[in-house]
Amino acid sequence: MRKLFIWVPLVIFVAFAGLAIWALVAPPSRDIPSRLVGQQLPEFALDPQIAGRPGLSRADFRAGEARMINVFGSWCIPCRVENPQLVELARAGVPIDAVAVRDTPAQVQAFLAQYGDPFQRIGADPNGRFQVMLGSAGVPESFIVDGAGVIRYQHIGEIRPEQVPEIIEKWREASR
Amino acid sequence: MIAELGLLALWLAAGLSGFQLFAAILAGRGAAVLGEAIRPVAVMQGLLAAFAFAMLVWLFARTDLSVALVAQHSHSAKPFVYKLSGAWANHEGSMLLWVMVMAFSGALVALFERRLSAATMRATLGAQAIVTLGFYAFLLISSNPFERLATPAVEGNGLNPLLQDPGLAFHPPTLYFGYVGLSVAFSFAVGALVTGEVGRDFARTMRSWVLAAWVFLTLGIAAGSWWAYYELGWGGWWFWDPVENASLMPWLAATALFHSTSVLASRDALRVWTVMLAVVAFSMAMVGTFLVRSGVLTSVHAFAVDPERGTFILVLLGIFIGGALALFALRAGKIAEGSRFSWKSREASLVVNNVLLTALLGIVLLGTLYPLLTESMGTRVSVGPPYFNPVGAIFFFPLVLAMMVGPLLRWRDTKWTPVVQRLAPAFAAMAFVALLVVIDGRAGLLSGTGLVLAAGLALASLLPLARRKPWRAPLTLWGMVVAHFGLAVTLAGASAESAFIEERLVSLTPGESTRISGWDVTLRGTIPVAGPNWTAIEGELAVSRDGAIATILSPQRRSFWSPPQTTTEAALWTRWNGQLYAVLGEPAESGKRKVRLWWKPFVTLIWYGALLVALGGLLALSGRARSALRRSIAVGRANQRREVA
Repeated sequence: MRKLFIWVPLVIFVAFAGLAIWALVAPPSRDIPSRLVGQQLPEFALDPQIAGRPGLSRADFRAGEARMINVFGSWCIPCRVENPQLVELARAGVPIDAVAVRDTPAQVQAFLAQYGDPFQRIGADPNGRFQVMLGSAGVPESFIVDGAGVIRYQHIGEIRPEQVPEIIEKWREASR
Repeated sequence: MIAELGLLALWLAAGLSGFQLFAAILAGRGAAVLGEAIRPVAVMQGLLAAFAFAMLVWLFARTDLSVALVAQHSHSAKPFVYKLSGAWANHEGSMLLWVMVMAFSGALVALFERRLSAATMRATLGAQAIVTLGFYAFLLISSNPFERLATPAVEGNGLNPLLQDPGLAFHPPTLYFGYVGLSVAFSFAVGALVTGEVGRDFARTMRSWVLAAWVFLTLGIAAGSWWAYYELGWGGWWFWDPVENASLMPWLAATALFHSTSVLASRDALRVWTVMLAVVAFSMAMVGTFLVRSGVLTSVHAFAVDPERGTFILVLLGIFIGGALALFALRAGKIAEGSRFSWKSREASLVVNNVLLTALLGIVLLGTLYPLLTESMGTRVSVGPPYFNPVGAIFFFPLVLAMMVGPLLRWRDTKWTPVVQRLAPAFAAMAFVALLVVIDGRAGLLSGTGLVLAAGLALASLLPLARRKPWRAPLTLWGMVVAHFGLAVTLAGASAESAFIEERLVSLTPGESTRISGWDVTLRGTIPVAGPNWTAIEGELAVSRDGAIATILSPQRRSFWSPPQTTTEAALWTRWNGQLYAVLGEPAESGKRKVRLWWKPFVTLIWYGALLVALGGLLALSGRARSALRRSIAVGRANQRREVA
């Protein structure tokens, strides 16, 4: 009993040291995945962000078609970098809706005019409340929602050119 | 020149600690001359480290901007006190303070400890040398505080404004005295493991060191909690943040340790356990430092994060803790078993105390590391009060019961009936408070139980003084009574605050008022004010009851310009039965101002209790010092008599 007990502290320390080494070596990841992945979209209805383009609501995801939601802001630099890839995705047939976070109509218009306009609908999220509801911690983030309204995939950060095929593949999976 | 002198002293001190280590090893193999040198070398090393630290403080006092550390953390327009505290309010300076305290306590051990055998003493000072050598290496290789800039800076970066606060100027040094004081216990334990001499003398020698370190830890934790309470403006006093846990864990271990040393000193029992706790207590201090400094855990107040330094500290940890625990596992089996005792004895109650404290330590450690553990398996969680409070209470509440009973038990064996009779008033008080809590109905299960137990402990803690003349009672007994009573006070404050707290978050236009706990609080307006290195918006809140103005609260939002940062300065108004806590928020829509108010019943008891706990430790310590002094005088007289004869 005592023979065993005296080794316990050392064993605990070795376990701690192993964990600490892992924590020091592992690449620091600040991504916060949404808890909603694999679950139904919550009920929501966002006003249109710009004139002449419909806003976004839960009902738009009942049509039986897989769609992508892009959370962006005209003030966000990575979103500008990302936009050409979104245009490419739209050209490949992925229907993309957008949520503009803390933005103004004029600035969103200017953004779309300058960097391209891949969005079918643009909902306004003036105080970021819907973004929080989605479990999105920053911009840009993209969510792929299947025909039943279930979030299938979350992409954190900008979509890079080399990631476009992967996103199309995820969308196809959600479409099945 | 000052920086170079400091660096030179640091290198010399490091060299001496290396010499101290080798002298200890060689003397153990028969080189008696070297054995003679260990004590003076340890003293010299302590003086050099203190000199190096003094040089750093001087550099900060003069704001010598050719030194990188000063340029990064100081500013010529900073109040003088914060220029001084800037010396240790950064990674390099705090590590120098750490190693200075360590070397200095080593010097004190070398000067004053005469009770242990020469062999154990050598091994102890050898162990202290290994530990200090590791931290000297850390400083000199990866964190040199005396590094010069190629071209002197024109102006410094300033100190993080959150740290420009009297509470925080002295909180880190106090904690460090505690942490590092535990290194002495660690070295005694390693020394005792090397020679196998674990007995009453070992416990008596170590006891005062542990107690002193524990007093510092208690004060340091209380100061930190007070600072977080009024400076961060969140209204809470304990957040179970990794940095706070890092200071709580060594405190729990040290508490367990000095209780078990008292068993070892009085009854020669719990030998192996005490040695293990001595190793664990300092290990916890180092693990805490690692967690805070390496950045592996994210914390609200991680001020000096650097993964590379984390690696260095982890290597040190591996050598010190891994080495000491391996030594423990190999040698503890050879330590003869101590005395046995009945389960109805003071020893047994102290064993219960130790088991529960260790369980609490385990819970805090697990909760602190759990996010890391799950992250390594791919999920992210954060652990907070919903885990720590109830799970901690499972072990803390029985601990309070043990504190009520334990001091009334005798060593070896006790009859139950008289003890239960003596506790009758405490039980009555508990029943009465329980009744009040149930009738009132506001307190939850945890806070309600906390109030009941606080009442019981407050009364029971005084019982050991009841049947004797209080002025005749030894200081050590007074120490225990005051400390236990202080814990009851803290528990009462914490429970009352959580049970009866009131909160208001309102947007007020000037002239508008809100009501909290019977007080009418009116926002009269906001005015701009300026300080030495900040400007602020100050809210004027008139507090009144039945139309009569009682006080004016002036919470501020301060903007510091170097470094640029906004802090909230909460306004506190203390009454005998609680505190009104006001925070000025952002401007809201249409000329309104957000104001956050709390009424916190009896919240100040938390820190008054902590002060009593520390005072108890101080009383016990001075009791020990007095009897040590008497003993040495008696020995001196006996020697004189022998010489005369």
